[in-house]
Amino acid sequence: MDERERIERAKKRWEAETYQPFVKDSPERPVPYETLSGMPVKPLYTPADLKGFDYETKLGFPGEYPFTRGVYPTMYRGRPWTMRMFAGFGRPEDTNARFKYLLEQGQTGLSTAFDMPALMGYDADHPRARGEVGREGVSISTLADMERLFDGIPLGDVTTSMTINCTASIALAMYLAVADKQGVSRDRVGGTIQNDLLKEFIAQKEWICPPEPAVRIVVDMIEFTSKHVPKFNPVSISGYHIREAGSTAVQELAFTLADGIGYVQAAVNRGLGVDAFAPRLSFFFDIHNDFFEEIAKLRAARRIWASVMRERFGAKRPESLRLRTHTQTAGVSATAQQPLNNIARVALQALAAVLGGAQSLHTNSYDETWALPTEEAVTVALRTQQIIAEETGVPLTIDPLGGSFYLEALTDQMEEAAWAYIRKIDELGGIIRAIDLGYPQREIADAAYRYQLMEDRGDKTVVGVNKYVMANEKPIAHLRIDEALELEQIEKVKRLKVSRDPSKVDRRLRQLAEACRDGQNIMPVLIDAVKDYVSLGEISDVYRQVFGLYREPIIF
Amino acid sequence: MAERKVRVVVAKPGLDGHDRGAKIVARALRDAGFEVIYTGLHQTPEQVVATAVQEDVDAIGLSVLSGAHNYLFKRVLELLKEKGAEDIVVFGGGIIPPEDIAALKAMGVKELFTPGTSTQEIVRFVREHIRATV
Repeated sequence: MDERERIERAKKRWEAETYQPFVKDSPERPVPYETLSGMPVKPLYTPADLKGFDYETKLGFPGEYPFTRGVYPTMYRGRPWTMRMFAGFGRPEDTNARFKYLLEQGQTGLSTAFDMPALMGYDADHPRARGEVGREGVSISTLADMERLFDGIPLGDVTTSMTINCTASIALAMYLAVADKQGVSRDRVGGTIQNDLLKEFIAQKEWICPPEPAVRIVVDMIEFTSKHVPKFNPVSISGYHIREAGSTAVQELAFTLADGIGYVQAAVNRGLGVDAFAPRLSFFFDIHNDFFEEIAKLRAARRIWASVMRERFGAKRPESLRLRTHTQTAGVSATAQQPLNNIARVALQALAAVLGGAQSLHTNSYDETWALPTEEAVTVALRTQQIIAEETGVPLTIDPLGGSFYLEALTDQMEEAAWAYIRKIDELGGIIRAIDLGYPQREIADAAYRYQLMEDRGDKTVVGVNKYVMANEKPIAHLRIDEALELEQIEKVKRLKVSRDPSKVDRRLRQLAEACRDGQNIMPVLIDAVKDYVSLGEISDVYRQVFGLYREPIIF
Repeated sequence: MAERKVRVVVAKPGLDGHDRGAKIVARALRDAGFEVIYTGLHQTPEQVVATAVQEDVDAIGLSVLSGAHNYLFKRVLELLKEKGAEDIVVFGGGIIPPEDIAALKAMGVKELFTPGTSTQEIVRFVREHIRATV
């Protein structure tokens, strides 16, 4: 009899002699014993729950296959995670000031939020931009705006993340143009651009053209950066928005990895060598309330990705196999009621991200259910990370929860459940086909509705919302965006547009349309175009004309 | 003659893609027995009002999480007035700070729901405040 069988037998004895009689007299609380995603949770985990568990194949060592314990050999002992607070509002000058403030406060990387018009391919002066300019992020129409955004920030010394998708190619072109103007060589430019179009169709819903041409542009960017901007991550394969749209943790894990498989397949189909681009693929996961489930999710993600890259795509370089990830605390878990409670939620979620081995982290501000965060609220959120990094001792050892019977069992369970979804998507013919069929969209809408009903019935406690409710709460101070800035931005863009040589602009747009049609990589043409101050909206119009507009299937 | 069912259009005006709330509200209203038309994303105020008039609805529920609520709600109200369709009740929800809620209500928005609102509350509101007009 091996050790595991011995323990299993001993556990059965404990259940019969100690646990069951005890429960008979004093029953357990009548709450659902399951994770936030509905995974059943047992009263106790022992080695008996880890059937077929082999330390070396399941966990291994940090920096080695299958990377369960972490992607780097020293993890936070070598370098703490990057503290990267997402910021952007108003005019480029407003966001530039917030960037400089965050860098002064010890933040280690920049992260840019763009406004809805920029995200959807409209200039500030377009009628569809009315009411939206600078409200949910910074307003960017031309290179002139991007120059103001990064004024006085040396792009060779900071890394910048840009959360932008269907217009990501344009933002990257502008960023590289600013770097060129600063005299920073492209091999020194580092950062990440979200550029994950597949999850747009699944969850975040910012798009211009249909999935096929959208992915083609992504592959252009992967190809271009792998050759010319080697320190840049050209896509951040994102589960965050999938989760925020209402998926379970397992669905987030599965759909994100399925998207990743979609990009790798598309790039391989283009003829790129997998080891030439895979090391620069990065990920982005949501960190929700269920502490252990979130840690298990990140560990399972690393294990699945390593296996997919090695077994399915034949990647050889260890760097191609490691899933590096940004994380963000769950916006959707924040409550408008008793907003200071969000500070506690964010701290616990941030701790889970760190225990899950994240490479970078954004902590949400407590006031974001009311408006974009104030400087004070952002500072508390950043300090939360600094407290975890420098006061708690948590980063001193690698994967400190590794070996926990519960965590390992949960990691295995999540891995198995995610594989079932990935196989289903394979059977449907891949992720683009699955999106066309509305499969992930429907799964998420159903999960979101189920979750809401549980919350409404009080089956899931939301402190301050359906339990421990307080009447007559005092409103909190929040950030206000000056509505006059919209008109100012519109004026600026209009003035700039008339100052250009129209024949030059036309020529650039024609070159771009040609590159779009004949399949050459669009990035060099784009960089030339933005340097001549061709605008984001004008370039997006070319995409609309050449590739057509995406129409969503209505699912609710 | 049997009373006609209350018809509601749930709409996502503007460029914002956050549709979790809108879809949940659409489904909850449908499950509560109302007739629901969901517009899908990225609608202009003109498109929303055209749908509302064409579908002869009794109410419009607007969902805005991008901070553009002041412009978009106002524009929908203006367009309804232009079309002589002010009898259509406008309500909505999203990330909307208290002072904006007060201003929007003064402008004619019947009710605004912020995060944490249960679907029952919204169903109750529709039941109590919206009548099917013949």
